[in-house]
Amino acid sequence: MPAATPVTLSARNLSRRFDGREVVRDLSLELRRGEVLGLLGPNGAGKSTTLHMLAGALAPHSGQVTICGFDLARQPQQAKARIGFLPETPPLYRDMSVDSYLQFAARLRGAPRVGAAAALAETKRRCGLHEVGQKMIGTLSKGYQQRVGIAQAIIHGPEIVILDEPTVGLDPSQIRDIRALIRELGNVGSVILSTHLLSEVECVCDRVEIMHHGRLIYGDSSARMQQYGLQPGFVVTLLAPPELSELQAIAGVSRAEQVTATQFRILHQPGANPGATLLELAGQRGWRAEQLVPLQSRLEEVFVKITRDEAP
Amino acid sequence: MIATIALKELRSLFAAPSTWLILGVLQFIFAWFFLARLDAFLQVQSQLAQLASAPGATQAIAVPLFGAAALIMMLLVPVFTMRMIAEERRNQTMTLLATAPVSSTQIVLGKFIALLLFLLPIIASCLLMVLALGADTQLDNGLLLGNALGLLLLAASYAALGLYVSSLTAQPAVAAIAALAALFGLWLVEASATDNDSAWRLLAPTSHFESFNLGLLNSGDVVYFLLFCATFLLLAIRRLDNNRVYG
Repeated sequence: MPAATPVTLSARNLSRRFDGREVVRDLSLELRRGEVLGLLGPNGAGKSTTLHMLAGALAPHSGQVTICGFDLARQPQQAKARIGFLPETPPLYRDMSVDSYLQFAARLRGAPRVGAAAALAETKRRCGLHEVGQKMIGTLSKGYQQRVGIAQAIIHGPEIVILDEPTVGLDPSQIRDIRALIRELGNVGSVILSTHLLSEVECVCDRVEIMHHGRLIYGDSSARMQQYGLQPGFVVTLLAPPELSELQAIAGVSRAEQVTATQFRILHQPGANPGATLLELAGQRGWRAEQLVPLQSRLEEVFVKITRDEAP
Repeated sequence: MIATIALKELRSLFAAPSTWLILGVLQFIFAWFFLARLDAFLQVQSQLAQLASAPGATQAIAVPLFGAAALIMMLLVPVFTMRMIAEERRNQTMTLLATAPVSSTQIVLGKFIALLLFLLPIIASCLLMVLALGADTQLDNGLLLGNALGLLLLAASYAALGLYVSSLTAQPAVAAIAALAALFGLWLVEASATDNDSAWRLLAPTSHFESFNLGLLNSGDVVYFLLFCATFLLLAIRRLDNNRVYG
């Protein structure tokens, strides 16, 4: 992400207590245009509280939120007009039809009347709601209700979309659609989403912040997160394997171990990848190299590792 | 923005079948009462004609009708105010309003105006029934309008109180019962004050409505109702603001 893209949302030193218990502690984060940020954390980490504070539904006990240059506490009208928020429970009026609800949501957020019909049609198309426009929200299934919830957050074309667990209750194909939509939103504006699904982070997020006990304990690009605490290495399959000591002797290899009869796990120092040398040798000595797979830990493992490392 | 909220509230009020049922039953009660009074008036009309300053049709029919309507408002308004804020909170739709670029003042005023617009036709229906007599008899228009204005102010202050009570809880049923208890309490304050000039009487909205009911247009009563509304609306606004602070 080039540093030149403007910062759309910045939060500084947010804290929030409930009944004397500190739920969010000294939290700071920044979001740039064109970025999808995943807020990841175990249950009760303070994700929802954080998102409510960013959206202006809850006032922080200390700290400041700035939305596109507007202070959320001092200029709430201007700041909030630029946010679309989907809370954990979608804020739906069950006795309204989808169309009139979305129109109400748009007008409430100060969307102009001119082009309101076009915005409604476009939003329904993006969220796959074109068939249920006239239906009462209360009669819709959970998945459709969730989509209406997402639709109300984006109908006024906000610069920042805040989604609290957006894919809960959706079936796999709907999840795929919504993830594509989130990616699309992230291209034009910025998106923050909270989730406890690691695959979601892997699919849609550019950046990850991990929350634990009300603090951000780790933040990086989601690609780099997969490398966390991992010694670099790869698994190589050799159909005519040599002695283990021969592999061990290759320059740069710090450790070689046999996994199966034909598979070897090779660990090496960061920045000194012996892959090329190994493949060259394999060609010369006839080891019949079949494949070489870089070691990559699963996000689940990384997540557990990070939260455990940070635990007091 | 206030209009957007008010319009939405009105729409959801009229979308509920129970609203229409209540309005229908109410109209039936009013019509029954009106006809009963009219019947009674016609029976004693010949005797009244011999009195020097006999009560006219307006005084004999409209005054008791509006008096009864004022009592019914006490039971009716909490039924409609209970959902206004408590249900938003229970269904977690309050978040939509709280994160939209609208202030708590706009939210409360929007809902209050929706309630007034909803109560207006109920009051108008009472007025229209009496005005229907105008074809055959002389009506005291001043007394009639005074009564309608008084009823409107009374209903508005009940609505303001109901809205505030609704903002205190997340349970519509609790909001309804609490608002009813508060209104009933205020009414009891008036009923239990034996002394006519007692300061306690000044507390109750019903005693201020009484002067309207009798045809007295006292600016003090108007000020009382406006202050009553303003106080409870401000309390409701503060309560919503505090919601953001205390969660």
